[in-house]
Amino acid sequence: MKASEIQALLDEPACTHNTKEKSGCAKPKPGATAGGCSFDGAQIALLPIADVAHIVHGPIACAGSSWDNRGTRSSGVTLYKIGMTTDLSETDVVMGRGEKRLFHAIKQAIDSYSPKAVFIYNTCVTALIGDDVGAVCKAATERWGTPVVPVDAAGFYGTKNLGNRLAGEAMFKHVIGAAEPAPVVPRADGLPTYDVNLIGEYNIAGEFWHVAPLFDELGLRILCTLSGDSRFHEVQTMHRAKVNMVVCAKALLNVARKMQDTYGQPFFEGSFYGVQDVSNALRDFARLIGDPDLIARTEAVIAREEAKAHAALEPWRARLKDKRVLLYTGGVKSWSIVSALQDLGMKVVATGTKKSTEEDKARIRELMGEDTKMIDDGSPKALLSTYHEYKADILIAGGRNLYTALKARIPFLDINQEREFGYAGYAGMSELARQLALSMESPVWAAVRKPAPWAKQSGPGTVLAA
Amino acid sequence: MAEIIHSKKALAVNPLKVSQTIGASLAFLGLNRSLPLMHGSQGCTAFGKVFFVRHFREPIPLQTTAMDQVSSIMGADDNVIEALRTLSDKSKPDIIGLVTTGLSETQGTDIRRCVGDFRRAHPEFDHVAVVPVNTPDYVGCLESGYALAIEALIETLVPESACVGKRPKQVNVLASAMLTPGDIEAIKEWIEAFGLRPIVVPDIGDSLDGHLVEAETSSLTIGGTPRSEIEIMGESTATLVVGPSLHKAANILKTRTGVPDYRFDGLMGLEDCDDFTQALAEISGKPVPEKIERHRAQLQDAMVDSHFMIGFARVALAGDPDLVGMQVRFLTSMGAEIVSAVATHKHESLAGLPIAKVIVGDLEDMEKEARSNGAQLIVANSHAADTASRLGLPLLRAGFPQYDHVGGYARTWVGYRGTRQALFDLANLMLGQHHELAPYRSIYWADDRDGVSKQHVISSAAAGLVH
Repeated sequence: MKASEIQALLDEPACTHNTKEKSGCAKPKPGATAGGCSFDGAQIALLPIADVAHIVHGPIACAGSSWDNRGTRSSGVTLYKIGMTTDLSETDVVMGRGEKRLFHAIKQAIDSYSPKAVFIYNTCVTALIGDDVGAVCKAATERWGTPVVPVDAAGFYGTKNLGNRLAGEAMFKHVIGAAEPAPVVPRADGLPTYDVNLIGEYNIAGEFWHVAPLFDELGLRILCTLSGDSRFHEVQTMHRAKVNMVVCAKALLNVARKMQDTYGQPFFEGSFYGVQDVSNALRDFARLIGDPDLIARTEAVIAREEAKAHAALEPWRARLKDKRVLLYTGGVKSWSIVSALQDLGMKVVATGTKKSTEEDKARIRELMGEDTKMIDDGSPKALLSTYHEYKADILIAGGRNLYTALKARIPFLDINQEREFGYAGYAGMSELARQLALSMESPVWAAVRKPAPWAKQSGPGTVLAA
Repeated sequence: MAEIIHSKKALAVNPLKVSQTIGASLAFLGLNRSLPLMHGSQGCTAFGKVFFVRHFREPIPLQTTAMDQVSSIMGADDNVIEALRTLSDKSKPDIIGLVTTGLSETQGTDIRRCVGDFRRAHPEFDHVAVVPVNTPDYVGCLESGYALAIEALIETLVPESACVGKRPKQVNVLASAMLTPGDIEAIKEWIEAFGLRPIVVPDIGDSLDGHLVEAETSSLTIGGTPRSEIEIMGESTATLVVGPSLHKAANILKTRTGVPDYRFDGLMGLEDCDDFTQALAEISGKPVPEKIERHRAQLQDAMVDSHFMIGFARVALAGDPDLVGMQVRFLTSMGAEIVSAVATHKHESLAGLPIAKVIVGDLEDMEKEARSNGAQLIVANSHAADTASRLGLPLLRAGFPQYDHVGGYARTWVGYRGTRQALFDLANLMLGQHHELAPYRSIYWADDRDGVSKQHVISSAAAGLVH
């Protein structure tokens, strides 16, 4: 991957982050950096494609400690859960046998697992020694007739976010537009069918299944979700959708923007977290498709589902109302969660803005009020002192901070990709409420904060000097 | 004697192996006020962190030199110095474990020189020990990386000396990567029962045992072997070495200090435990305490109770060499049959195991062998959960990582009591899949031999009757 190509990706014109004082992602600081690499990001973006053999090309480190650690679910085939790596040895690296080994590895994957396609993830070592992954993929595709797609997102190229984009780029370049979708079978109810795509939805813990039935009901056929519970063939047909929705994050915005430029598909950004956001997403689909009947039917479905959701949330609302939340996601995922929390009557007292632009911050003020504290420093120490200062009742953050909270004896909700519960859709809200109440109302907090009967000094709360 | 067979595949499927970098980091996580620093791209550290956090359910201090595109090509020595400076300044650790990755090794970095440059540039941080270890991931596995870190630690922090036995009650323990925090705790109690004082290196039993402390947060390890203890290992009476992977580290320690050592391949099963107990009795000059005699007798009782279930049990197991070795010897000592043994890495100790062969390979290799050899039970890490469910077999989780279970890190396998619990668990897993013989019904029996109730069962299904 050339530096100029990476720069072009960092320079995503559709990304609002790009127009303000921050562009792309800051250079990581030695000794003071957290977060995943581009390889990690690429895997997050593509691994959910369930019928593909995902091969990590490199020595063991990359696949060894990461395979089988994502919460994405498939409704059928589970080939994506089989970990595969070329597991290069010292001789492979020194003697330059990586490419040859990769070629044989692709054959082995095809022979043993009959995948619909094979994706090859480049890693630091193979990028550094200059393995031509693209050429191997091309040769393998020609030899065995199964599409083999290079995903050139080695770890040292940059952050997880860049890896998402590189993965999206690979799909746009090698996969999207390669096949036509099956013709629509007319519906029994006579309603029209419109084709749509979801970009950046990963079906964590199967949460999208809360939402999917509404699409069917409205006559929106999801040609492809990039990439939750999707299949290779579906990705190939994405160019035929009428509308694209970029779900939750800006990471795959490049795909949506390029598809707009190339295929004239309009897109919008939205989320499936929180009653309001789900309704808005459905409205945006109807609006962009522009069928007045669909718009009317969408409103009817929204009214029905909102009423149902509000009724289901009523008992939770009483328990969660006015509870104070410290939300730290480090970035843009916050929007969706904020709206979900506000639906429950909760108050976000502070939120992470490390990756936010001025525009984002203005939106935070608008959404959450002027006195919401914005935190740039995501260190455990900073989070905890904000938590205490703003008298929060729960910390909502990614799995990385789970034990920051628990060690400090405070309630926690995990909103990252490793989580085990689905919060999307109208129905997911009840699960979210349940998990929030479960942690906040737990009797364990009082128990673990109480000093032992024989202890003299006060309870916990001091921060180590380190 | 076991034949060691290398899996010849180009593609590793369902990898069993974890990198040396992770293993070396684990060793440093067992030292007090310590911090592993990975010299590589930020992802190496992020993945490592998630790996440990999910296994131990603990916050894990781990940092990175954050190599990017420019420093990967143009040289990343400055990253190392900058990271060491930042960490020394901000976190004030006693020990930084500087471990390399595939990326920095392929680049060809000389970390010892980097540490030298750091020393010259920042004499104000001379009190911070930096232990450099070369742990490329294209060689070895978690266990071998861990062993390399222990070797480097001894070379860096244990002074050459000749004061063996200056502290007559003090014994060193070199603890293999196969030992859990629960194991380490049990080993310490075992040694203390003889009036001896153990220095366990590394002591993840003290740092990763999962306990709430008053401090809400720390950027360093809380607990673990203190640096001051490592420095006085030369004054101990003896060294107890657990795990063949640490033989080289043991040699280094012995050469530097002259402290005599006792080596144990594992501490599971009656024989292993007796050897260890005997050694402690010799070192301390004390009789074996009543309590240990009692635990031994309890284990013997459990052995006779459970031999019905474990005898002839067909077990498939996979893990790093020390763990495979210990489990194979333990299971075969109970009369079980090892139908598949897969190790991550070739270590000479595997050749001495009392089975026909050991495959150096992945979980796909184990799955194939387990299927064709009719295994009844799997012993492996959490990655084998899907394997076990495809095979329809129970899984006893052992080794790294264990992320789909709570408390794997706390489990005690070693010692008389740990072994006894393992016997109970194995026996119960076998009982849980006990198949009753299919009943034979004689042609001479009347259809209504069982009276009304039998007809009821049949007809209720057919006619939808509610019983």
